[in-house]
Amino acid sequence: MSAPLFLFYVFAALAVVSALGMVLNVRNTVAAAMSLVVTMVSLAGIYVLLAAYLVAAIQIMVYGGAIVVLFLFVVMLLNLHSDEFLPARQRWLKFAGALLGVFLLVEGLRVLGGFHEPPPLPEGFGGYRQLGLSLYTDYLLIVEVISLLLTAAIVGALILAKREID
Amino acid sequence: MPVEVIVKTLFILIVVIGALAPVMTWTERKQSAVMQDRIGANRADLGGITVLGLLHPLADVVKLLTKEDVVPLGANRIMHLLAPLIAAVPAVIAYGVIPFAGVYTFGQDTISMVVSNADWGLLYIFAIGSIATYGTVMAGWSSNSNWSLLGAMRASAQMISYEVTMGLSVVGIFMVFGTLQLQTMAIEQDATFRILGFLEYLIPGLQLPAFLSAFPFVLPKWGIFLQPLGFLMFLATIMAENKRPPFDVPEGESEIIAGYFTEYSGMRFGLFFMAEFIEVVVIAGLVTTLFLGGWTIPWVSTADFIGVVTPALGEGVATGLCVIVHFLMFMTKVVVMIWLQMSLRWGLPRFRYDHVMDLCWKGILPLSIANIFVTGALLLLLGDAS
Repeated sequence: MSAPLFLFYVFAALAVVSALGMVLNVRNTVAAAMSLVVTMVSLAGIYVLLAAYLVAAIQIMVYGGAIVVLFLFVVMLLNLHSDEFLPARQRWLKFAGALLGVFLLVEGLRVLGGFHEPPPLPEGFGGYRQLGLSLYTDYLLIVEVISLLLTAAIVGALILAKREID
Repeated sequence: MPVEVIVKTLFILIVVIGALAPVMTWTERKQSAVMQDRIGANRADLGGITVLGLLHPLADVVKLLTKEDVVPLGANRIMHLLAPLIAAVPAVIAYGVIPFAGVYTFGQDTISMVVSNADWGLLYIFAIGSIATYGTVMAGWSSNSNWSLLGAMRASAQMISYEVTMGLSVVGIFMVFGTLQLQTMAIEQDATFRILGFLEYLIPGLQLPAFLSAFPFVLPKWGIFLQPLGFLMFLATIMAENKRPPFDVPEGESEIIAGYFTEYSGMRFGLFFMAEFIEVVVIAGLVTTLFLGGWTIPWVSTADFIGVVTPALGEGVATGLCVIVHFLMFMTKVVVMIWLQMSLRWGLPRFRYDHVMDLCWKGILPLSIANIFVTGALLLLLGDAS
C-alpha cells in the first residue's frame, strides 16, 4: 500500500469515527464539538491528499478553528444540560436525517459506479493563485452576492442582539 | 530526500526545543529580576557549580517530572490529560515552514534550508495556530473549576478575535512580495531598495543624483520598511495570540489564579509553560522571516557574499560559510525579537479585558483593512518600481 493511500484510510477512518462520536455524544456537548474538530481536521488531511492545499488550510482555519471554537464558546456560556436535549423532541429531525442519509448513500454509490482514473493535475492545481483567479474572474458575481448575503446576516445579527441602536 | 528532511527536523527540534526554550525560562527569570532590582535564579548547582543559574531549567524539569500529576475530582479525565499536548504540539510543528537559512547550490544539489517548502506556508502556520486554541479551551472546560472555565472563555474570545486581525495585518506583506511561501519571501528580502527610487518611476526623465544610491539612502528590502504599520499590527496581534503579558487576561493571576491551567500540576503544567516559550520562539522566527529579512544579511546579498569570498576560499567553502553566516544572522534576529517580547512582557501592565477587545476590533481591524487598501493602491500606482 502506498503512503498516500495508507494516509487516506487513516484520515477516512478518523473522520467516520469522530463523526459518529459527535452524533452519539448527546449528553456531552463539549465532547461532541471536540469530535467535530477531529472530523474537520481529518477532512483537511484528505483534501491535502487530493492536492487541494488551500481548501485544506481554510478547512482547518475556518471550520476547525473559528466556527467550532464559537460553538464551544456558546456551549460554555450557556452551560447547557443534557436534559435540555431530550431525544423525544427531535423525532421528525431524526426522520429527516435518515432520509438525507439514504439519499447520500444512493448518491455515493452512483458516484462510485462511475469511477474512473482521474486525469493528471494541471500545473499549480489547488494553489491560492488558481483559486483566487477563478474566484475573482469566472465566479465574481457569485462571490459578490455571497458577500452581500453575509453582510446582511451580520447586520441582522447586530439588530437582533442590540434591540436599540444608539 | 527523506534523510534531508529528517536531519533538518532534528536540527530545528534541538535548536528550538532542546536549547532555546529551556534557556529562555532562565532568561525570563533573570530579566524579571533585573527589572525588579533582584538577583534572580542562581542557586541550582551540580557539585557546587552554578554557571550563573543556568542549571535552573534542568532542576525545574526534574522537579516537574517527579511531582504528582493531579486530575481534579469531577474533571473530564481524557480531555484533561490531552489538553496540554494539544496546546504544545502546534507550537512545535509550526516551525516546519520557517526558513533558517537560504537556498544554496552545492555542485549538482540544491538545498533549501527549511523543512517544508510548502507553497501555502503562512496559511499552514495560521491553520496550526487556530488548532492551538483548543488546548486552552479543553484545559479550561475539562478541569471542572470556575477559574479554569473563566480563563478558557477569555482565552477563546481573545484568540478568535486576534486570529482575524492577525491574518488581515499580513495581507499587505503577501501583496508586496506576491507569495505565501516563507522561503520565497526571505529571498525577496535579500535585496536593497532606494528610499527615493519611486520618484524616478513617477516623474519620467528624472535622474536622481548618485549619492542617493549609496549607503544611507539605500535600505534592505525588508518587510518592516515596506510595511511598517503591518509590522506593528502583526507583532501586537501575534503576541496577543500567545496570551503572554500584557495580553494575559486568560491567565490573569490577580483575578482568576492561573486561568485555564489553574488545575494542572507536574509536567502537564510544565507543558503549558513550555508551549508558551516555544511559541515565543516561533513568533520571533515568523516576525523575522516576514518583516526583518529572515536569514538575509542587510545590504549584502547572497550572490555578493559568495562572489567576494569565492576567490579566497573556493566556491564550496564560500557557500558553506554563507550557510553558517546566514544561520547566525537568522538566530541573531530571532534573539533580538525574543528580547523585545520579554522586555514588553516585563515592561507593560496587563490590559483590562474590554481594552484587549477594543484594541482588536476597534483599533487594529480597521487599521489593517486601511493598510490593505493603501498597499493595493500604491502597488497599482508604482507597479514594480519598489
